[in-house]
Amino acid sequence: MELKDYKNVFVFAEQREGNIQSVAFELLGKARDLADALGEKVVAMLLGYNVKDQAQKLIEFGADEVIVADCPELKDYLSEQYSQVVDQIVKERCPNIVLYGATTIGRDMAPRIASRLKTGLTADCTKLEVVSDEKSNGEPQFRMTRPAFGGNLMATIICPNTRPQMSTVRPGVMQKRQRQEGRQGVVTAFAPKFDTSKFKVKLVQTIKEDKAMVDIADAKILVSGGRGVHNKEGFDKLQALADVLDGQVSSSRAMVDNGVMPHERQVGQTGKTVRPNLYMACGISGAIQHLAGMEESDFIIAINKDKFAPIFSVADLGIVGDLHKIVPMLTERLKKEMEK
Amino acid sequence: MNIIVCIKQVPDTTEIKIDPVKGTLIREGVPSIMNPDDKGGLELALRLKDQFGAKVTVISMGPPQADVIMREAFAMGADRAILLSDRKFAGSDTLATSYAIAGLCRSLDYDLIIAGRQAIDGDTAQVGPEMAEHLGLPQVTYVCDAKLLPNGNLQVHKENEDSVQVLEVEGKCLLTVLASAFEPRYMTVSGIVEAYNREVEVWGADKIDYDETKLGLSGSPTKVFQSFPKAMKAPGEVHEVSEEEAVELIVNKLKEKHII
Repeated sequence: MELKDYKNVFVFAEQREGNIQSVAFELLGKARDLADALGEKVVAMLLGYNVKDQAQKLIEFGADEVIVADCPELKDYLSEQYSQVVDQIVKERCPNIVLYGATTIGRDMAPRIASRLKTGLTADCTKLEVVSDEKSNGEPQFRMTRPAFGGNLMATIICPNTRPQMSTVRPGVMQKRQRQEGRQGVVTAFAPKFDTSKFKVKLVQTIKEDKAMVDIADAKILVSGGRGVHNKEGFDKLQALADVLDGQVSSSRAMVDNGVMPHERQVGQTGKTVRPNLYMACGISGAIQHLAGMEESDFIIAINKDKFAPIFSVADLGIVGDLHKIVPMLTERLKKEMEK
Repeated sequence: MNIIVCIKQVPDTTEIKIDPVKGTLIREGVPSIMNPDDKGGLELALRLKDQFGAKVTVISMGPPQADVIMREAFAMGADRAILLSDRKFAGSDTLATSYAIAGLCRSLDYDLIIAGRQAIDGDTAQVGPEMAEHLGLPQVTYVCDAKLLPNGNLQVHKENEDSVQVLEVEGKCLLTVLASAFEPRYMTVSGIVEAYNREVEVWGADKIDYDETKLGLSGSPTKVFQSFPKAMKAPGEVHEVSEEEAVELIVNKLKEKHII
């Protein structure tokens, strides 16, 4: 089979407890752009148990076809079970491109599949595009761009000689399309053939954590604090401001490492990628690892005592000053504005 | 129990700076360290050794300079160290890297392989699962706790975004570990002294079974098309004003942007 015979852009539609994850819709949005540029179709793979009713939703967010593997073995994510099914689908359908969410599921499974198929995988892509230029001899080429060296450098990766070309993308990086109610598409049932002799890992128990209640990646407004906030009392000031703005509080790595804030509130390379309408960076100097997680925010306000702090290089509005004075004053002022 | 721990020498990426004029990485003077997640993996192996008795072998692929982290591993309590070092491995992407290290593992006796979740220079988290696949082993990634059960199986906790899964693994397996869950022990003084008298075995490609086409650049399906410093967006306005004026500026901007 020749490379050109591999067609279509596949998306692994991650679900947890039967709920399709936001990252799946974001990937469909990007897959739609790529497929349109290639003149190919968008195909979603939905694996789970009692999930087939949700295939239509994937179509409404951009899939032309949804391949559904619905069986009890796939109720909870387990590496081997899921890898076997995705491997079978990919071998049968020969996609050109496969996209996965860079989550604890996608980053567990995608390399396993890449190794099984002996193809390339590029992790945590921030930009995916199909380009035809002199460097690709006029042929459409899939280019995957990702940060390297802790976000200090960007690298564009290609996968010239093997198919499918695969990437993972972190949640919050791509944008989902407007949902088109009633959009038409094909739903294909897939019956996996399991090799159960390879099932060596058993799920004993899942312990849910309350921290899932707040996902800073979904917040429209984030008031974020760094070292300059000092302590829990400092974060109380940020929380009061976030409450007035109907936003959430997030944190830099420094304040997570010293135990003031929980990890699920951390923005940055080792935390979450966010792109809220408003990001208020208070007492955050702006290490490159932090910037990597928030610089796509629509509007960034930075308050910092150090006028040379790197955060000012990405801020739309920078204030050199003491957050411990400005934030409470701003909170009071906004309360009055809201009452008007 | 024989445990293999995969470790990697990495530049401390938190110390890397960008040359503000040329826009390039300044790598001179950046310290090299044992990758933090790998160090967590070594700590887990040593805890299993303390509790149940085990022989801990650390392995790495890299240039001869990686000798330093192998000795650090000795000083923490590792029993054997093998550095896979050969020009044939140059230009390896994650698939070619995992192929070579899996080849090394095949030459050793093991019951368990532990790797770090990801390295701070590449951040891919791919080499561990790709190795597991080459070796036909089950895997658990994002491990935050592991213990040996009386039946000989491992009980492992996997940390997800919104939950912790408790998993039981039968037989040999590969785990990838989170640094945050395993605070590494300090090197002992006697360990440090001793570490410099111990032998770090350096293996060339000839010591493992391999298919030449799967090594290095030719065994790497992905290629770097280009790399470039991150584009900085044009800086916005920065004001050094009184607190009252600062509040005024912010409120006006929030109104202008229809945020309030």
